[in-house]
Amino acid sequence: MSVVLNPLIKPDPLPPAFVPGPVGTHITIRNLTKYFAGAPLYEDFNLNIPKNKIVSVFGPNGCGKSTLINMIAGLIPIDSGEILFDGKSLSETKIGYVFQNYREALFPWMRTIDNIAYPLKLEGKSKAEVAQRMEELIVSFDVNFDLKRYPYELSGGQQQTASIMRALAPKPEVLFLDEPFSALDFEMTLFIREKLQDVFMQTGTTMLLVSHDLEEAVYLADQILLLTKRPTSVAEILNYNDPRPRTIETLTQPSFIEAKKLSLEIFQREVRK
Amino acid sequence: MQDTNRWNPARLMPLIGPVVLFLIWDVVVRFKLIPPILLPSPWATLGALFSGLGGGSLSGDFAYTLLRTTEAFLIAAVSGVPLGVLLGSNERAYRSVEFVIDFFRSTPSSALIPLFLMIFGVSDINKVAIAAFGALLIVLFNSAYGVMNARKQRVMAAKVMGASRLQIFKDVLIWESLQPTFVGLRSAVSMSLVIVIVAEMFIGSERGLGHRIIDSQQVMNVKDMYASILAAGALGYVLNIIFLVFEKRIVHWSGR
Repeated sequence: MSVVLNPLIKPDPLPPAFVPGPVGTHITIRNLTKYFAGAPLYEDFNLNIPKNKIVSVFGPNGCGKSTLINMIAGLIPIDSGEILFDGKSLSETKIGYVFQNYREALFPWMRTIDNIAYPLKLEGKSKAEVAQRMEELIVSFDVNFDLKRYPYELSGGQQQTASIMRALAPKPEVLFLDEPFSALDFEMTLFIREKLQDVFMQTGTTMLLVSHDLEEAVYLADQILLLTKRPTSVAEILNYNDPRPRTIETLTQPSFIEAKKLSLEIFQREVRK
Repeated sequence: MQDTNRWNPARLMPLIGPVVLFLIWDVVVRFKLIPPILLPSPWATLGALFSGLGGGSLSGDFAYTLLRTTEAFLIAAVSGVPLGVLLGSNERAYRSVEFVIDFFRSTPSSALIPLFLMIFGVSDINKVAIAAFGALLIVLFNSAYGVMNARKQRVMAAKVMGASRLQIFKDVLIWESLQPTFVGLRSAVSMSLVIVIVAEMFIGSERGLGHRIIDSQQVMNVKDMYASILAAGALGYVLNIIFLVFEKRIVHWSGR
């Protein structure tokens, strides 16, 4: 332990004044700092995440895309800084989280329907309320598999669908998705991507999506957040405004191709730095 | 779906081992490769086993051993599982007792028999107590590790849904620990049986399979000795099977 015998007598620096985001901001991240193994991963990182939009996070390997959303979701502690949701703290905010590895995210000792209802039970909702919400979710996800089964009896895509339903059950203000499609085959990826877009169009829930697939990141996004190598900062924020519902045709639209090309250029510029 | 009722020669495969064993045994006895005073014929042994278990005095000794094993196991399970789960959910608490648990878990319980003799005297309680002690540490260890090694992501999933520490404990940790707990219980029941048999042999006992084995050996009643050994083996085997069946029903998600 080192003891400072003669500390410099100097007033503490004033904490930086809180700078609110522009109108329509949902999540404000201010002066976020996070060290990993002694090296800075994020240092004085600032970001505004817009409300009722899907933001895709994209960046070089190891830049901490998942770490970023995990810190916002409170799964990884931050060293310093402030993260607010409409001015509220995380504990006052209802969030949903979809993990990449659905096998280890669902509870295999509960039936799938009870897994989905679990966050509602935590909230202390009555049986009737839970049943009504389940019915709504089943309709909006157009579920055609048996939710009375245990998760391990379902296919990967069905399990991930259930994970998303569980995350959305309590009507969260923000939905976090950490590479939700990377463990799925292509057919299931397409299917769940559409479901997610449907739900977004119905509810407008703010979503934060980490993806390693650029096409998928752009396809779903209103905003593409491109990150630099570590210590990570924002390389660029691209807006992509093609109307929803986006379809297979969207993938060949000049505007889509343009957004994807631009993202790729920025990504490559950052990787080569 | 395959028709499981159809006769399939492959289903007889597990029987080959025991049949071959008995045939070798029979040949050895028939050609007097081992003097009959040391090894009776398999048929005489099986006869002694079945007549003994079907109302003979062997059944009484069998029941005593089963009772002691069950008592020891229940004591170990009822105290070990909750204690293990509690210790496991507080890793610092577990670390503080880890050495003691590991040390006594590694100590052969039979080495402690004289110590238990001093504490409990030559009594029935003694045999149950030492078996329960040996089994307890196994249960404790497995349950604690089951909780500590719970999939971090399931705990995170519960946390992100707003579960409190207590809710995470009862909705996730306990369930995650079930499978290792069952492994512990299964080892514990085997351990209880081993120690009960040893204790019956060497701690002045009037009943029990251990007592019967050593008694018949003393008077060279080898037929009864082998029958008792087979009875002890069958008991251990059946207890293990029972636990496997329970485990498969309760921890239905295991391995999937």
